[in-house]
Amino acid sequence: MKKLLYKMPESLSGKEFTYCPGCHHGIVHRLIAEVIDELGIREKTLVVAPIGCSVFAYQFFNMDGTIAAHGRAPAVATGMKRARPDLYVFTYQGDGDLAAIGTAEIMHAANRGEKITTIFINNAIYGMTGGQMAPTTLLGMKTTTTPYGRDAQKDGYPMHMCEFLKEAKGVAYLARTKVTTPQDVEKTKKAIKKAFLAQVKGIGFGLVEVLSTCPTNWGMDPISAMKWLEENMIPEYPLGVFIDKVGDEK
Amino acid sequence: MEKVMVKGTEAIGEAAIRAGCRHFFGYPITPQSELPEYMSKRLPEVGGVFLQTESEVATVNMLYGAACTGTRVMTSTSSPGFSLMMEGVSYMACAQLPAVFVNVVRGGPGLGDIQPAQGDYWQATKGGGHGDYKLIVLAPATVQEAVDLTVLAFDLADKYRTPTLILADGLLGQMMEPVEFPEFRDLSTLPDHSSWAMTGAKDREPHIITSFDIDPYILEKMNLELVKKYREIEKNEIRWEEFKTEDADIVITAFGTVARIAKSVVEMARKDGLKVGLFRPITVWPFPYEPLKKLADKAELFFDVEMNMGQMLEDVKLATGDRKPVAFYSRMGGVVPTPNEIYEALKKEIGRRE
Repeated sequence: MKKLLYKMPESLSGKEFTYCPGCHHGIVHRLIAEVIDELGIREKTLVVAPIGCSVFAYQFFNMDGTIAAHGRAPAVATGMKRARPDLYVFTYQGDGDLAAIGTAEIMHAANRGEKITTIFINNAIYGMTGGQMAPTTLLGMKTTTTPYGRDAQKDGYPMHMCEFLKEAKGVAYLARTKVTTPQDVEKTKKAIKKAFLAQVKGIGFGLVEVLSTCPTNWGMDPISAMKWLEENMIPEYPLGVFIDKVGDEK
Repeated sequence: MEKVMVKGTEAIGEAAIRAGCRHFFGYPITPQSELPEYMSKRLPEVGGVFLQTESEVATVNMLYGAACTGTRVMTSTSSPGFSLMMEGVSYMACAQLPAVFVNVVRGGPGLGDIQPAQGDYWQATKGGGHGDYKLIVLAPATVQEAVDLTVLAFDLADKYRTPTLILADGLLGQMMEPVEFPEFRDLSTLPDHSSWAMTGAKDREPHIITSFDIDPYILEKMNLELVKKYREIEKNEIRWEEFKTEDADIVITAFGTVARIAKSVVEMARKDGLKVGLFRPITVWPFPYEPLKKLADKAELFFDVEMNMGQMLEDVKLATGDRKPVAFYSRMGGVVPTPNEIYEALKKEIGRRE
């Protein structure tokens, strides 16, 4: 008897990912797809891709999709959800998109308690444009626009989006995770599921920040990049669940 | 139907609801805040959605999102607010998303003031945002026409899958006039967008809506598709009004509320025995070049009047070529010209040429 143990989630289109080797976008895409499959909402879900490396996200998910202008995905998703409250909408955004140019939109969508879900990839750098400083770049970290390292006096401090967002009353689920070990992948999947359940159950806004690597722009091999994430990003961005109004299933 | 006295901004709001619009996203800005206020009260009464946004940047992107689902949606703003929306308008034009924008133009540039002006003509008709695109731009001159053109704006937006703009000004927005509203549109009769809208990929391939392709040859094709559509709109949708032009030696050109002031000037001139007429574009894009060109066969002088530095003037000159002289009179910064001062300027112009 053959038993099927592993297959491509229905919520992925099957198109090959265009991400660099060792990039975490692919892992997170798959987790989102698995969650949408498990919730059985693929046929009612809309994806809003951002500007950045994941601008092509709409091609990788097997569902209706669009690309929002840089940082505006939460506003686009708001328009969709207000027009069609019977559908499910999620945004997929990087740190430049969400934590720099799009801070107003994410703050207000969260504070209004928009019943949408946001997956936020924090890799502390601008990927698509070639490794410039992100709002989440660590102090001392060298990028193509901080060649001497990020200097707090000149460049300000790393942005802590979850810590800002946890004050917003409209947020129903908020967590920061990573995907560097199989256990972390499982935890992240659980968090993404809760962020979607916050929407499915009509409780409010859900967001999961996933700390991710960018080996290409960090100038490291994938394994060193994961180690660097563990040693440098975790102390700056502590993992955890900040808000959970969804509760346990069943 | 009986007529009711209503303010310009509120008339546009009610007309939108009659046209089947149930979604309004907006940010307060003078002199049009009565419109979002009206919608915030009125939309819940008809099962609609009003949302006050965090910015005009968010507004246009909410319109983008709602329009993606094939839903009739609108916003209103005033000049600086419309500038903030330009990126999103460009996205919507390329993504072929229908929506209605209202710009109640105020004095500019910059912060300007809150008085009526027409300084956004170029922004409205020549692009405004980045890239090659056009908006259908309707310029009402009366509150009744604002009502009629609002309904038309939704129908044209749907027909051509393109953002459409009502180009009004503070005068029209704030004045009260008797109007007749159309009947409520039966929502089940609104255009069917199921072939492209994002409604959930059930029993079909996903619908993808973007203003993007990384391959220049494919993006060029998208551009050419837009160009084809714009040519079609130019062919089908030109609207204008002529007033006493049949025997006119002098044709005043003006749009929006300035055109109604110019109508009084025509009457004043006619009383003095001067053969003056008025040509008023109703669609400022597509601009009625051909009908204006025809008037240049007969008329000896064109006299363009605007509340800007001479923006539509360029289109008037394009239409008339260098066959006939085009003089120009304007007030700016929110100053509205009186019929008397326009008439005096016209007489001076005639005197100069005699």
